[in-house]
Amino acid sequence: MKPHTLSVLVENKAGVLSRVTGLFSRRGFNIESLAVGPCEEPGMSRITIVCIGDDAQIEQVMKQLNKLIDVIKVSDISENERVERELALIKVNAEPGSTRAEVMQIANIFRAQIIDVGTKTIILSVAGDTEKIDALEKLLRQYGVRELVRTGRIAVLRGAKIVKSAK
Amino acid sequence: MKTGAKILIEGLQREGVETIFGYPGGVVLPIYDELYDSPLQHILVRHEQAAAHAADGYARASGRVGVCLATSGPGACNLVTGIATAYMDSIPVVALTGQVPTSLLGNDAFQESDITGITMPVTKHNYLVKKTEDLGHIVREAFYIAGTGRQGPVLVDLPKDVTTREIEYEFPENEPVVLRGYQPTYRGHARQVDKAVEMIAEAERPLIYAGGGVISSNASSDLVSLAETLMIPITTTLMGLGAIPCTHPLNLGMLGMHGTRYANYAVTESDLLIAIGVRFDDRVTGNVQTFAPNARIIHIDIDPAEIGKNKKVDVPIVGDVGAVLSDLLAKVRKKQNDNWMERIRVWKERHPMKFRDDDVLRPQFIIRELSNLLLPDDVIVSEVGQNQMWTAQYYCFRKPRTWITSGGLGTMGYGFPAAMGVHFACPDRTVFDIAGDGSFQMNIQELGTVAQYNIPVKVAILNNRFLGMVRQWQELFYDRRYSFTELPPVDFVRIAQAYGVDGIKVESCEEVRPALQAAIDCDGPFVLDFRIEREENVFPMVPAGAAINEMIGGDTE
Ligand SMILES: Cc1ncc(C[n+]2csc(CCOP(=O)(O)OP(=O)(O)O)c2C)c(N)n1
Repeated sequence: MKPHTLSVLVENKAGVLSRVTGLFSRRGFNIESLAVGPCEEPGMSRITIVCIGDDAQIEQVMKQLNKLIDVIKVSDISENERVERELALIKVNAEPGSTRAEVMQIANIFRAQIIDVGTKTIILSVAGDTEKIDALEKLLRQYGVRELVRTGRIAVLRGAKIVKSAK
Repeated sequence: MKTGAKILIEGLQREGVETIFGYPGGVVLPIYDELYDSPLQHILVRHEQAAAHAADGYARASGRVGVCLATSGPGACNLVTGIATAYMDSIPVVALTGQVPTSLLGNDAFQESDITGITMPVTKHNYLVKKTEDLGHIVREAFYIAGTGRQGPVLVDLPKDVTTREIEYEFPENEPVVLRGYQPTYRGHARQVDKAVEMIAEAERPLIYAGGGVISSNASSDLVSLAETLMIPITTTLMGLGAIPCTHPLNLGMLGMHGTRYANYAVTESDLLIAIGVRFDDRVTGNVQTFAPNARIIHIDIDPAEIGKNKKVDVPIVGDVGAVLSDLLAKVRKKQNDNWMERIRVWKERHPMKFRDDDVLRPQFIIRELSNLLLPDDVIVSEVGQNQMWTAQYYCFRKPRTWITSGGLGTMGYGFPAAMGVHFACPDRTVFDIAGDGSFQMNIQELGTVAQYNIPVKVAILNNRFLGMVRQWQELFYDRRYSFTELPPVDFVRIAQAYGVDGIKVESCEEVRPALQAAIDCDGPFVLDFRIEREENVFPMVPAGAAINEMIGGDTE
């Protein structure tokens, strides 16, 4: 059982997201992470889903997804060279003085951006793979993470290869 | 200018619809007004569930898309069981529902329910039409999706303002529906077909396991030709009965939980299982680990998701069953399997299907009598429970689409309304619903419909005053503790008469044949109330979770 990243091209129509997520819950598959947005093709959206299962389960998920009329193409890109990113916004305690300096230094090391500074907190924005964000979050916990917001993971294949729209 | 309702009716006619089953209400008034002087035949049922089952029965008997119509909220919700029934058995149905006006959507308006949300898991696809401009192409897509690929129900939800608004609209002529997310595979992959041909040539104990996919693909004659060319016996699922004539020497009858002993033994002993239009359902396989333990498996199905879902297979062939069978037929060479056929002959001889044939009124006897009286084209519909299994075991089906039953969902109350639908698909044939007293009471109100339109459906109630199948499980596995399965006696003949339908009560074996004949001869609906032996069981039976060769009963008497 390992995480699989599925790239799902769908018609940009009302209800398509609930068709996709409904299928996962109905058939007992868990979604680890999900991200959805418009893509390069007009009228289509791309959903990136990370889910965990053995090969047979993943194959079944993909076949069931393919049966949805509004799903145009499903690809498991886990076996391919790819770039994956997610974004996190972290509001962390940082009283002016030495704590604030430490937090800013950590941010610097992780190439996180400081996007807001308050009297007692600052907000960091960080993009990267899951492990990097996990690591940053862990480091910041000691100062007190007030709020953490993470997007789902998105992914593209490296090089010229693309996830095409032909089903 | 045309209203949405007019576009809808025109769209239905262009799809070749002649009959629809429905029930009116507030938000569908514009549609009903359009129906009032349209050439479409509308049958007013007594409960929307019956409309869905009737559309389904119509589809199963004719092979064409069945249509039902209901109002929003309660009307739409009442369709759900019928839609789910069609979905589980891959039956092409288009369900039309009214909806509150678009301006009120999401407001918990009077009789609003989110029917597209509710039916998402039990439809092949569904639509909420937001603009009158979209209505025409959505109707075309709905029929296209329902009736192609792996067939199934499609629901179209129609807000009232969408059906009342007037627009300029013309249906496109000769323009095929194209959906980029929906392109079923019809032709099997040539290399896979070749592999199958090789495997068949190598097999010594081959067996065909055929299901509903053969019926929906209209591939029965190709199936039988293949079996005859290769001398391969055929066992069918509940849904596949009729794909091969029961009298055919290669026919082994049904397999699985209430299958014949010889079919289940053959599966267990075979070295090659050719699975055609089936889905390895648990009622067929029993313990799936021990199902066909000695066999390599070829699986032919139009739905790629069925391949490998429940059982690993050696050669998958995705495609329309009929297309793949004709490819196979063109490539296979004649073969004999004498030793294997001889083993099967011995099993058949040692373990025939039999029941105690005495002067007690037993359901199997009634079904055998009916089977002898009806013509090969006549249609048998069933309810769910023992009545269904006895019919599957003892009725001799000679043609495809003459056996109509709720397999996947097992919906009690399906049979009677489905039988009404069957009548409209084939008005010249005799249609019998074989019922239990429990199931019949789930849609008994349709006596009103058959009386109103003089729909000549015959209901044969195998009345045991029990929820028989559940009682059987309680007898066998719960120490005869008959918890809430006994039903009080009901005088069904008098109920039928109150609706204006004729009927006879039958209490002895001698009365059976004349009573059945009276029902057949009557040119309207008819109810037969057979007071059968109350604790008769369906045997053989594979207990839940057992291997299918571990059957109990049916071997002794
Ligand atoms: C709608 C519905 N509710 C419950 C069941 C569970 N169930 C399966 S068979 C059965 C008993 C059927 O009794 P009856 O119609 O009298 O038929 P018999 O088994 O006696 O022939 C029941 C309750 C079902 N299949 N469908």
